Amino acid sequence: MKKKKLLIQDLLGKTGNIDLQMHLVSGDRGLNKEITGSEMNRPGLTLAGFFDFFAYDRIQIFGLGETAFLNQLDPEKKRELYERFFSYSVLCCIFTHNEPPDELLVKYASDHAVPILVTKHSTTKFISLATHIIEEVFAPAVSLHGTLVEVYGIGVLLIGKSGVGKSECALELVERNHRLVADDIVEVRKIDESLLMGSGSEIIRHHLEIRGLGIINVKDLYGIGAVRNRKRIELVVLLEEWDSSKYYDRLGIDEKRYTILDLEVPFLTVPVRPGRNIPIIIETAALNQRLKKMGVYSAQDLDARIQEWIRTQEQCND
Amino acid sequence: MIEREVTIRSDAGIHARPAMMLVKEAMKYPCEVFLIKDRVEANGKSIMSVLALAITKGSRLIVRAVGDEEDLAVSSIVHLIEKEF
Repeated sequence: MKKKKLLIQDLLGKTGNIDLQMHLVSGDRGLNKEITGSEMNRPGLTLAGFFDFFAYDRIQIFGLGETAFLNQLDPEKKRELYERFFSYSVLCCIFTHNEPPDELLVKYASDHAVPILVTKHSTTKFISLATHIIEEVFAPAVSLHGTLVEVYGIGVLLIGKSGVGKSECALELVERNHRLVADDIVEVRKIDESLLMGSGSEIIRHHLEIRGLGIINVKDLYGIGAVRNRKRIELVVLLEEWDSSKYYDRLGIDEKRYTILDLEVPFLTVPVRPGRNIPIIIETAALNQRLKKMGVYSAQDLDARIQEWIRTQEQCND
Repeated sequence: MIEREVTIRSDAGIHARPAMMLVKEAMKYPCEVFLIKDRVEANGKSIMSVLALAITKGSRLIVRAVGDEEDLAVSSIVHLIEKEF
């Protein structure tokens, strides 16, 4: 597992799908300070003079209330307050509702290298968006050896030994209008307690290595529709060489689970041998997974029907 | 499990061709081979995996092998890195 660093600067630029609509007012020298957690502080009590428990090392959110409070203070009191406020090594201050901070605060912040930012969002909206972004960075992550594809909308992680045919299977699936997410290295993040997000390593994104062909660029060959950058992992399939001494699941009544970052994902073991069309099996597994999500369990339903039939036969015989 | 640390001295780092040489060497042994850079682990038998590590001049690399002939694998890969890159 590795830990990522998040700087204040990272919130300003492109932050994935979410736009924090934020700009910098002053304190650019402090932009390379590190954000260490997703908790934010509304400094209302602190501004009122109560400095105990002041969580200065968090992002400080100045909403309409804080701004209004500061505006009604007389200049002398304000100076005193800022003197004390910035004597702590405050991480950064963010003003919501596009409210401009007053000049004195901007000056103090600039002297103490505390970034002052203004966002167009409301306080609640901003906190929820920023928390989402920050928590994604700090989410537990692990790097797995495997191939991640999207098949009929289901994120399928193919695992198995080198050379068992994961990449070839992915290529065939792409050919059949499914999508490649990552090959070989899959970075998995646990975004919340029920969601595992998989993505590829940026440097080799959307490339496949096919024995005999070498490295190919799937995005260039098959177009933008054949790839995606990230996908939720909903099914794990282990490809392994057919071992005649091993018992493979014939019914599919009991669901097996594969654990990634303490989260359990539906799991199948598919034996590979020449003549077995693995991509079709993966396609069917993905469709079956969709059915299960909708509450339809083929194997259990068939079993129920057989049991029902046995019961009626017994009644006839009685 | 056997592991050893090496530093990359080549200016070009490990791009496609050197990665191929590394993988080729690793494939000679039955054990599992891992290359570890900044705590990120790569499969030493997979070219994409090695490329994704983005190994540059000065990178410190841990070569790890687990399984049969692990000592041979580590020593030959370390030898290759020290000699070639």
